[in-house]
Amino acid sequence: MRPGIRASAVLGAGTVAAVLTGCAAPAGDAGKTLTVFAAASLQTPFTALAEEFEAAHPGTTVTLSFAGSSDLATQISQGAPADVFASADTKNMAKLGGAGLVEGSPRDFATNVLTIAVPPENPASIASFADLAKPGVRTVICAAQVPCGAATKRVEQETGTTLTPVSEESSVTDVLGKVVSGEADAGLVYVTDVKAAGDKVQAIPFPESAQAVNTYPIAAVRTGKNQDLADAFIEAVTGTDGQRILRGAGFGTP
Amino acid sequence: MYTGIPRWVAAIAAVGALFVLLPLAAMLGRVNWPQFIPLITSESSLTALGLSLRTAAASTVLCVLFGVPLALVLARGDFPGQRLLRSFVLLPLVLPPVVGGIALLYAFGRQGLLGQSLGIAGLQIAFTTTAVILAQTFVALPFLVVSLEGALRSAGSRYESVAATLGARPTTVLRRVTLPLVLPGLASGAVLSFARSLGEFGATLTFAGSLPGVTRTLPLEIYLQRETDADAAVALSLLLVVVAVVVVGLSYRGPAPAGSGGRSARTGTPGRVPA
Repeated sequence: MRPGIRASAVLGAGTVAAVLTGCAAPAGDAGKTLTVFAAASLQTPFTALAEEFEAAHPGTTVTLSFAGSSDLATQISQGAPADVFASADTKNMAKLGGAGLVEGSPRDFATNVLTIAVPPENPASIASFADLAKPGVRTVICAAQVPCGAATKRVEQETGTTLTPVSEESSVTDVLGKVVSGEADAGLVYVTDVKAAGDKVQAIPFPESAQAVNTYPIAAVRTGKNQDLADAFIEAVTGTDGQRILRGAGFGTP
Repeated sequence: MYTGIPRWVAAIAAVGALFVLLPLAAMLGRVNWPQFIPLITSESSLTALGLSLRTAAASTVLCVLFGVPLALVLARGDFPGQRLLRSFVLLPLVLPPVVGGIALLYAFGRQGLLGQSLGIAGLQIAFTTTAVILAQTFVALPFLVVSLEGALRSAGSRYESVAATLGARPTTVLRRVTLPLVLPGLASGAVLSFARSLGEFGATLTFAGSLPGVTRTLPLEIYLQRETDADAAVALSLLLVVVAVVVVGLSYRGPAPAGSGGRSARTGTPGRVPA
């Protein structure tokens, strides 16, 4: 134990010094690295897309970072090294554009709509959006501050339905988690989330979801280091192959 | 008392202190001061703060209720599996809170181990304030157990042995001798538990959900506000820091100094021993 402590104290001092001076690992010089910041809901299709892109551009490595769109926009405006930003809503793309960090004009590449997710056995017998407001139904939605919650709010307004959720989560993943674990009778999530969850949840589509279509824009980041590669990646996403992969994951055409 | 500290140790200590203080100072710099009071007194903020204080107080009570017997058993008991029990009790200290939340879900959730029996009894825990309190107690309990077990061990059992030879029953010894002896340790353990409960986030998010006034505590409110209103998130963060500093600063004195002062202060009031 003793020698370990001494060694880690010395190491610790060195590490802290390195951190304080802002030491960064040098970029790989064997090939080019493209860093893509993408909304969490894009994880499955963009992982597949990145693999195809790497195969089509030998020597190129695509690094993917998935998180909530507003987190990513904040990280980029704080100087995170992104080449491409794919947002789950136009608001966060506009935020980045307003900060002068978007190169060219963003291109819409996908849409996503809400659906009702219920546990496989559908314990509360949910069949429509209005069913979610029935007394005794434990519905979980996104908080109005996040994109999926804003979409939920819009559907509520358009349909004149007022939901009394048992929880307003801060991410769509948390909503889905509550449904998968069987805690909630129903949750409002995106079509693509249900698709990614496989047979752990069942989707109950509802026509009113058309009132709140989320559009996904993609753009190159002005501070990015690989402008050409960024443009090529955006071409791949908006091109036939990219669109095929996105359709497969449940996304709609913009 | 020896107070010589090598200069290089002090230098590294300064870097360590800076590492903790710098981010807090940076946060102070980002506070929107003209809007600070309106931001922290908004309805949603006060609701979240009130819920946090209430649940943390309830969790602290539960921690004392279960933590004191646990610490006694671990410090004074002698039975097989004692070390194993200690490891498990302390596990939440090192577990990522989200893992704690998942574990709680499988125990108390609707589909969980106890959840189904609780459901039959008409008790729903998920999405209620009870769930928040359970999550906080789960992560805060080890703090109380560790503090109190340490206090019990350093206090020794001499006075208790004397009380026992004078004919005091175990419960009397506990009430009149042991607990008064370790009261400072118990107090600091309770304060630490309260502070840890106040900051609980991951297990609450996973297990309890997030609804204003019911399950959305201050950390959850900060996490949500950050999505849209960075100013509100920073202001609330500062509020949480201030509450934590006040609570810990006022009541947590840390381990008693090893010198004779701390020792005599502790042993000076062993309580009256019945003859």
